[in-house]
Amino acid sequence: MKNEMKMEFDAISANEAFARVAVAAFVSELDPTLEEISDIKTAVSEAVTNAVIHGYDGLEGGKVNIRCSIDQDVLHVEVMDKGKGIDDIEKAMEPLFTTKPELNRSGMGFPFMEAFMDDLEVLSVPGEGTTVIMKKKIGCIPWIGDEE
Amino acid sequence: MSENFKVIDNYLMVRMPEEIDHHKSSYISENADKFIVREQISNVVFDFEDTKFMDSSGIGIILGRYKKIACFGGKVFAIHTDNRIRHLFMISGLHKIVEIMD
Ligand SMILES: Nc1ncnc2c1ncn2[C@@H]1O[C@H](COP(=O)(O)OP(=O)(O)OP(=O)(O)O)[C@@H](O)[C@H]1O
Ligand SMILES: [Mg+2]
Repeated sequence: MKNEMKMEFDAISANEAFARVAVAAFVSELDPTLEEISDIKTAVSEAVTNAVIHGYDGLEGGKVNIRCSIDQDVLHVEVMDKGKGIDDIEKAMEPLFTTKPELNRSGMGFPFMEAFMDDLEVLSVPGEGTTVIMKKKIGCIPWIGDEE
Repeated sequence: MSENFKVIDNYLMVRMPEEIDHHKSSYISENADKFIVREQISNVVFDFEDTKFMDSSGIGIILGRYKKIACFGGKVFAIHTDNRIRHLFMISGLHKIVEIMD
């Protein structure tokens, strides 16, 4: 089974809920458990929120792009912004590291993405933007043979 | 929306929304802080009864309130937490500073 979906929306906080629900709906054809749906929603929410808060510093005018694909039983999600980028990715991914403690951020976004997805990769170029690539294997779909 | 905040003695009760994300979090933090300052509250109880979704924004809300009241000996409590919320507390180390009551 192969399927792909792309979307682009304004980098504003009101779109965070819409983005995570859209990805969760896209993956529904794989029959995810409620827990898997929560995992995906949390991870997508983290990546999109980071684009809004950090990528574009909460300023309007930026766009967030999401590309999702399903390949067999694996969900692949990419969240992209063309914001300010990350100088030190390794440091940014450490638990509790945040550059915005004054905004009540806790530095748990990347650790949550890591905890709830099977694979996390962060690509970023300062001044150009950030792409977060996540993968998650969904359930154990029983093998019903090749239907093609 | 201020019916989500209630003061009982020295405790501020905060009824958390169905979805706790960045979009909702500043409203909760700002209002909780108003009560904490105005009524000189030392303890905060977060009630997750209605909550179906939470991301790291929820961790930030709790951690931020904890920092405000801990220096005066205040405590943070969480009630009606489900497995998922407790799991999020665990990953973020919040279970060390939040008293989970059920
Ligand atoms: N899209 C992005 N663009 C620029 N910087 C980013 C981006 N995403 C993350 N960062 C940087 O990485 C740091 C860590 O991100 P992470 O999501 O783990 O924590 P946070 O967003 O600061 O806090 P929390 O997610 O707990 O609210 C951020 O503080 C920020 O400096
Ligand atoms: Mg974050």
